[in-house]
Amino acid sequence: MERKEKMMNVLIHVILVLVSITMLVPFLWMALTAFKSVTESTSVDPFVIFPSIWRTENFTEVINNMDFFHLYLNTILLIAGRVICAVLTATMAGYAFARLNFPGKGLMFSLVMFQMMVPGQIFIIPQYLMVSKMNALDTIFALIFPGLVTAFGTFLLRQSYMGLPRDLEEAARLDGCNIGQTFLYIMAPLTRSGMVALGIFTAVFAYKDLMWPLICNNTVMPLSAALAKMQGQYTNNYPQLMAASLLACIPMIILYLIFQRQFIEGIATSGGKL
Amino acid sequence: MKTKMTPREKNECIWGWIFIFPTMLGLIVLNIYPIFKTIYESFFKTGDFGRGNIFIGAANYQKMFSDPEVWQSLLNTFKYAIIEVPFSLIIALLLAVLLNRKMKGRAAYRTIFFLPMVAAPAAVAMVWRWLFNSEFGLLNNLFGSNINWISDPKIAVISIAVIGIWSIIGYNMVLFLSGLQEIPRDYYEASSIDGANGIYQFFHITVPLLSPTIFFVTVTRVISALQVFDLIFMVMDRNNPALGKTQSLVYLFYQYSFVNNNKGMGSAIVVLLLAIIMLITVFQMYAQKKWVYYN
Repeated sequence: MERKEKMMNVLIHVILVLVSITMLVPFLWMALTAFKSVTESTSVDPFVIFPSIWRTENFTEVINNMDFFHLYLNTILLIAGRVICAVLTATMAGYAFARLNFPGKGLMFSLVMFQMMVPGQIFIIPQYLMVSKMNALDTIFALIFPGLVTAFGTFLLRQSYMGLPRDLEEAARLDGCNIGQTFLYIMAPLTRSGMVALGIFTAVFAYKDLMWPLICNNTVMPLSAALAKMQGQYTNNYPQLMAASLLACIPMIILYLIFQRQFIEGIATSGGKL
Repeated sequence: MKTKMTPREKNECIWGWIFIFPTMLGLIVLNIYPIFKTIYESFFKTGDFGRGNIFIGAANYQKMFSDPEVWQSLLNTFKYAIIEVPFSLIIALLLAVLLNRKMKGRAAYRTIFFLPMVAAPAAVAMVWRWLFNSEFGLLNNLFGSNINWISDPKIAVISIAVIGIWSIIGYNMVLFLSGLQEIPRDYYEASSIDGANGIYQFFHITVPLLSPTIFFVTVTRVISALQVFDLIFMVMDRNNPALGKTQSLVYLFYQYSFVNNNKGMGSAIVVLLLAIIMLITVFQMYAQKKWVYYN
């Protein structure tokens, strides 16, 4: 019995390690290729796995040619704008939907829910026409625009508020707080974990968004759209394509490795609360 | 018949509307209005520069339904979803079951499996394109094969789905893991005493008790698989011979709306997508009664 269990355990680890390798190889191959020359990367006989010299030219070249400084800056502004707007609006609306009673609440909440069930592409043409009418194409504002408010976040934070005990509010009201103060000083701070989850969720999806930045911006691009455009220009210079991909992925991966618990909870578990 | 509000109720009403106002205003402008606007646009022919749109009734729809390219892309989208969803669900479920125990390296495995979720899809697609490269790619060299992974029209959609599966396994797995943690340990212990083995337990305890989570993950995965775009856009070149056999509905929507600037036709395609997603979701909601087990 003992032995059988040990065998099982080894077998399970073997499976998990094999899957881990499958998950990691694309990232490793990206990194290895980024340090190779074009000749090395396309050498087949013998097939080269490690670069003979770890060249950094590919990185310096794409950093200069693609103006990575601005790509990072645009991506940060896009993420910051969407996160701030989403958390701010959703926490207010989430509180009202969870705790306040007012006429029209049911109808408004069903609008929120309805919006979540619709495929996002249906919004894109009108959103594009709006931004273009505002003469705001190719601005940071255009990148942020579809993320100014969030139905999903409103729903998520409503759930967080519903989980809080009622006595807190009663006590605050008895102490003379009005509803605004109760929300600001008592309730909102208690949903911090919900806000962090929404913030991370918003940040990652803003970072991954591809179609909208491709459509609305030609010069003020975030990383995702810039990579797509780059592919058209560098078609077969894989070392440079991989260097750019690596540069685009690294910051988010580092953040993920530092805050992995918050990331996994923010992205997956909040996605699972719908 | 109007009942008068007490001052307190009135106060709550004012605060309530103040709090939801930014969100509702935003949702109406950014989402609700666009839904109707897109449906409306689908009945128009997009005018040339500076000229208005022309009402053409259902002509966009007629054109769409008689266009073999649209039918093919609908088929491609379904093919992609039919491969991506079941494989990503089953692999994720098995991994979640394996990880749902006290063991060494559990957190590390979880972190690694989830990693693709935080990578930019553009970068993911590019590296897979490179792995799939028929001459110099890692896969063909590793396996000594000579497969045109992404330019053979017969298998390109499968290759794309492989990238989709690889990207989403960790996400599904984490959802399953949090569902598994809610199943009481006693069930397994009791059935072990009765002599049940792991496989029996998997089908008679794990799957039924996890069925609400499985249902939820399936519905969301189907919906997002039907909206596949990034991977196809990034992996398939405009002159790739397999493009016609891989382009999805959303890809076609993008092409029509923003490359060919035929927003009327683009709108019609996205309305079709909306209808399909609604239908499938309603069907799944109905079908869940047959297999989802709620306590």
